[in-house]
Amino acid sequence: MVKNKNKSSKPVIEIKEMHKWFGAFHVLKNISLGVNQGERIVICGPSGSGKSTLIRCINRLEVHQRGDIIVNDVELTGDLKNLEAIRSDVGMVFQSFNLFPHLTVLENCTLAPIWVKGLPKKEANELAMELLKRVKIPEQALKFPGQLSGGQQQRVAIARSLCMQPKIMLFDEPTSALDPEMIKEVLDTMIELAETGMTMLVVTHEMGFAKKVADSVIFMDEGEIIEQNDPKNFFNNPKNDRTKLFLSQILNH
Amino acid sequence: MSSKTYKPGSYPDLPPPAGTVGVYGWIKMNLFSSISNSLLTILSFVLLYYLIDGIIGWFFLDAVFDADSKIECRKINDGACWAVITRRVGQFVYGFYPDAERWRIDISFLTMFIAFAPLLYPDLPKRKWLLWFSGIYPIMAFILINGGILGLSKIEYNLFGGFMLTVILGVSGIVCSLPIGILLALGRQSKLTVVRTLSVCFIEFMRGVPLITLLFVASSMLNYFMPPGTNFSILVRVIIMFTFFSAAYIAEVIRGGIQAIPKGQYEAADALGMNYWQKTRFITLPQALKISIPGIVNTFIGLYKDTTLVVVIGLLDPLGIGRAALADTKWNGLSTETYLFVALFFFVSCFAMSRYSLWLENKLNTDNK
Repeated sequence: MVKNKNKSSKPVIEIKEMHKWFGAFHVLKNISLGVNQGERIVICGPSGSGKSTLIRCINRLEVHQRGDIIVNDVELTGDLKNLEAIRSDVGMVFQSFNLFPHLTVLENCTLAPIWVKGLPKKEANELAMELLKRVKIPEQALKFPGQLSGGQQQRVAIARSLCMQPKIMLFDEPTSALDPEMIKEVLDTMIELAETGMTMLVVTHEMGFAKKVADSVIFMDEGEIIEQNDPKNFFNNPKNDRTKLFLSQILNH
Repeated sequence: MSSKTYKPGSYPDLPPPAGTVGVYGWIKMNLFSSISNSLLTILSFVLLYYLIDGIIGWFFLDAVFDADSKIECRKINDGACWAVITRRVGQFVYGFYPDAERWRIDISFLTMFIAFAPLLYPDLPKRKWLLWFSGIYPIMAFILINGGILGLSKIEYNLFGGFMLTVILGVSGIVCSLPIGILLALGRQSKLTVVRTLSVCFIEFMRGVPLITLLFVASSMLNYFMPPGTNFSILVRVIIMFTFFSAAYIAEVIRGGIQAIPKGQYEAADALGMNYWQKTRFITLPQALKISIPGIVNTFIGLYKDTTLVVVIGLLDPLGIGRAALADTKWNGLSTETYLFVALFFFVSCFAMSRYSLWLENKLNTDNK
């Protein structure tokens, strides 16, 4: 396990008694969660359990109907000014990469820094190249996303998010759409990122990653947080029956 | 032959069997793959020979290019009588624009290519400078063609005609309808109810009415709606109608393109903190327009050919000029030659547009560069 020296007790995300409905369907029920700066949290659970919806609420890609979400001391409301401030502080990596196919890798990385943050083009390029080096694909900078492998695309997506110099990174099943031989390169990138002290919320089924990196593992089912514990206790003696069942399903195959 | 053994993992790449690739392979596979196919191929070639022989004979070898009338044509040779065109080529090109002023049309037409080049070819050197010219070109062309200032004599619109009229109507309609179409497409997708409703009403009205009706409205009614004293020339009114009509179609084509963009693109842009206009400019439109190129060019070609409809409100486009020529007793009955000539002009313009769109699609295709 990567020892986390960066974890502090300063909360950067606070979710209090948050509820969300899709139409009449109650997807998130009474979620309360605090995340400290530098903390790495892995969220797992069966499909449809609301785990993706939960992290998508944190940068308001989904709107919650009740309760509070406070990110970096700013409460998430309908106010557009707040929203843009929060979104440039919170990076997100998607299951399907969502790179912009009409722009080169470098342009993918510099677009938001230039137009959202007002960074001069030269600086944005330098920053992007530095981050592309960090995810180990600087030589692909002038190619288009369609010419890269899935693993490479996902690493570009991570670099693109990091170019906004976020304080928090959300990962929504970042390896689920990848061929097996490419999962490792993406996980390695994420582990390196964790070592830099980034606050991370990761929805994933990669339990190896959870054991290695997470400070805390959350199990969700049917819109509720069923169990939260440090990885050692979570995997070795889960308390809830549903957690036990889930772990037995994903670990024994 | 294939029985040679290799160690696992060291099997070499062999060339394909002889006669399956290259020109020889193609001919063998496509033209002479069986006895019946070979017979069909030979038969087709024989038929093609007679057909092409006849066509070349009528069009060129036996054709008459200069004569005073159809009767004289027939005395000289029995092919096409192109004299109907060559004797009236000035009218076909310029309509009734005064002879002495035709240089103004020539300059406007030739400089049009310079004005369009930087818009059509993004990689052109010195593009930034050329774009300035593209910006002032409409004003320049308007002054040149219309006259009335800078010592240029004023030319009345009823003298406009022929290919020049087609190009003026077609190009103005195309250039103006694309931005309006884009705005309408965005308006139709807007979250603001007023904007959305207005866009929907405009699009549905324009698409629901025949173009010819709109042209009659332009020619007779539009002046009633204008404040007294304003008097738009018929040409401007017709251009407005063409623009609105094709803008409605383009808006729907682009809407299709916008809807084809995966939701993830917007989510990624949202997650990066981009606002609506940034998303529209950098994410939505580049992708939507690229997807819509075939549909947009389709609409443009339709608009360009529909300019021939102005004949119903008394403007003399190439078809109108052609009919005037045929009404002349000297050329009576040469409709094949006349209409073929007009058809050739339209085909060349539309084919050029179609090839350009293919080229652009290829250039913007970033998947397998």
